[in-house]
Amino acid sequence: MAEDGTGAAGGDVIELDGVEKVFDVRRKAGVLRRTRHEVRAVDGISFTVPRGEVVGYIGPNGAGKSTTIKMLTGILNPSAGRIRICGIDPARERTRLARRVGVVFGQRTTLWWDLPLRDSYHLVRRMYRIEQERYRRNLEACVELLDLGPLLDVPVRQLSLGQRMRGDIAAALLHDPEVLYLDEPTIGLDVISKTKVRSFLREVNAERGTTVLLTTHDLTDIETLCRRVMVIDHGRLVYDGDLAGLHAVGESERTLVVDFARELPPVEVAGARCVKVEGPRQWLAFPAAASAAPLVAAVADRYPLVDLSVREPAIEDVIARMYGADADRTPTPGT
Amino acid sequence: MLGRPAGVPGRVGGGLREVRGQVGGFYAAVVVRGFRRYATYRTATAAGVFTNSVFGLIVSYSYIALWDQRPHLGGYSQAQALTYVWVGQALLMTMALMGGGFEDELMERIRSGDIAVDLYRPADLQGWWLSADLGRSAFHLLGRGVLPMVCGALVFDLALPSDAVTWLLFLVAVALGAVVSFAVRFLVALSAFWLLDGAGVSQIAWLAGLFFSGMLLPLTVFPGVLGEVARALPWAAMLQVPADVLLGRHRGAGVLTALAFQACWGVVLLAAGRLLQSVAARRVVVQGG
Ligand SMILES: Nc1ncnc2c1ncn2[C@@H]1O[C@H](COP(=O)(O)OP(=O)(O)OP(=O)(O)O)[C@@H](O)[C@H]1O
Ligand SMILES: [Mg+2]
Repeated sequence: MAEDGTGAAGGDVIELDGVEKVFDVRRKAGVLRRTRHEVRAVDGISFTVPRGEVVGYIGPNGAGKSTTIKMLTGILNPSAGRIRICGIDPARERTRLARRVGVVFGQRTTLWWDLPLRDSYHLVRRMYRIEQERYRRNLEACVELLDLGPLLDVPVRQLSLGQRMRGDIAAALLHDPEVLYLDEPTIGLDVISKTKVRSFLREVNAERGTTVLLTTHDLTDIETLCRRVMVIDHGRLVYDGDLAGLHAVGESERTLVVDFARELPPVEVAGARCVKVEGPRQWLAFPAAASAAPLVAAVADRYPLVDLSVREPAIEDVIARMYGADADRTPTPGT
Repeated sequence: MLGRPAGVPGRVGGGLREVRGQVGGFYAAVVVRGFRRYATYRTATAAGVFTNSVFGLIVSYSYIALWDQRPHLGGYSQAQALTYVWVGQALLMTMALMGGGFEDELMERIRSGDIAVDLYRPADLQGWWLSADLGRSAFHLLGRGVLPMVCGALVFDLALPSDAVTWLLFLVAVALGAVVSFAVRFLVALSAFWLLDGAGVSQIAWLAGLFFSGMLLPLTVFPGVLGEVARALPWAAMLQVPADVLLGRHRGAGVLTALAFQACWGVVLLAAGRLLQSVAARRVVVQGG
């Protein structure tokens, strides 16, 4: 698009090439002795994201997601490799880049604890030098879409987690960033807040063409927002494609949880296998692609079924199954 | 509804002066916020005023006993010594000589990793905290400084100047002292990047500050090399220099020398802080997920 000032090649807003981050960790191993370990948090990642795309960046705990995002903002230097955001090297020109990106760290707040939301936004306006008119327009839109109206005069320390998160997301968007990084933006939110946040992000992406990189442990975030998913495990990119493809690759399974009238030995039905028994409750795994209906019918037909529910595969499970074989490829301790 | 992303800000025009004005506006807003933030704690302020006054009374009577034994100790008359005590009480919080400034918060942010938020903002870390801390200093000068001073002046015969120029110079000296005080604490706080637990450094700095600022006894009292050294260290800029300016102990150009002494330390220490900040930002790891 035309606004691009610094010539990001081929319209790629985010470019990573062979990026690594190695942490040097010292541990106490006795009174005076300390051992040094290397933790390869990010281990050679390359990808590009074109302008206007919404990408999910997922993986199990400790996979290196937050570390990647920190490098993309410039607050961490990569140990190796090359990063360009809108053509800018984040580590070298962090401040210049900061005016063009928005960041939300779910577990942290950019807002000022003791100030009402409104005053925090005012400081943000000054900090990013946002013109009055644009500021007013953006704030209005955020307040409306994120339902912040009644919260504007409440000090941040009095906001609930979900309210604060919505406040934070608005703060990250007041200066019209071209790129938005969201590190677990829906962590700890209730269903209503999650829905609000998701529809807001969709709106922002559609209206402004903002490029979004999002980490989450909530599959629904990915399903509702992202056309493209990247899976990272042990610091390596192990999948890059659409969500359906991920399930196929991961041979993921859904779970039918059934409650019987009494304790029974593990049930045996075609197309499913019993993976867990706990009193009268049993867990039956079946392929995610298969329909649950025949299975339910079969079980109800042969056993005293009281209640049931179907669980979607968790992203972690999908990944765990995909790469379980490589699980011993943990960060290699150095000298 | 929402605007399209802007191009590169600052390049779009506006001119350098306008940009500078906006930058100034931002830091000014932070100063105001720093002031307001402390202004909301009224009970704490009242309690603080009370403590400062009681403290001032106790120290005053000790000084009276001391100066009765050794008149003109350190070149101060008894009235001047008492004035020194109350200036000390007035500046105790302003200069954060016993802590209570921004440094604990900054260290906690470094330790917890919240510093990440500060680092990716398009604002300068040092400029931000300097502004916030100057706002706090200004509040503490008014809120915790003026009333104890009045209290002291009511109970004792103080050697306060009657001309406006001396008071004005005193305010300049206080402002410069506040900058030096900030610069020292900024260095201390940044040590947390390497040490994570900065409590030890913090305590050493705090003790050094209490002694070398002249809070316990005026630095002029100390003889020989110890006195020379103490008067040349940056902490002297926080209490000794402003007090001496108020007491009119610097004549003529001597005042300018005293202010220049403060300004020099301010510049040197701020520069050191900048250096340390850029090293920290480049080398150091931000904690937490
Ligand atoms: N400051 C640090 N010092 C040493 N090791 C670190 C540091 N920060 C992260 N790590 C290590 O790097 C790896 C990746 O961490 P990261 O925070 O990026 O994970 P993540 O993918 O965000 O996980 P989560 O889903 O739990 O948030 C982990 O093994 C972690 O222990
Ligand atoms: Mg994380």
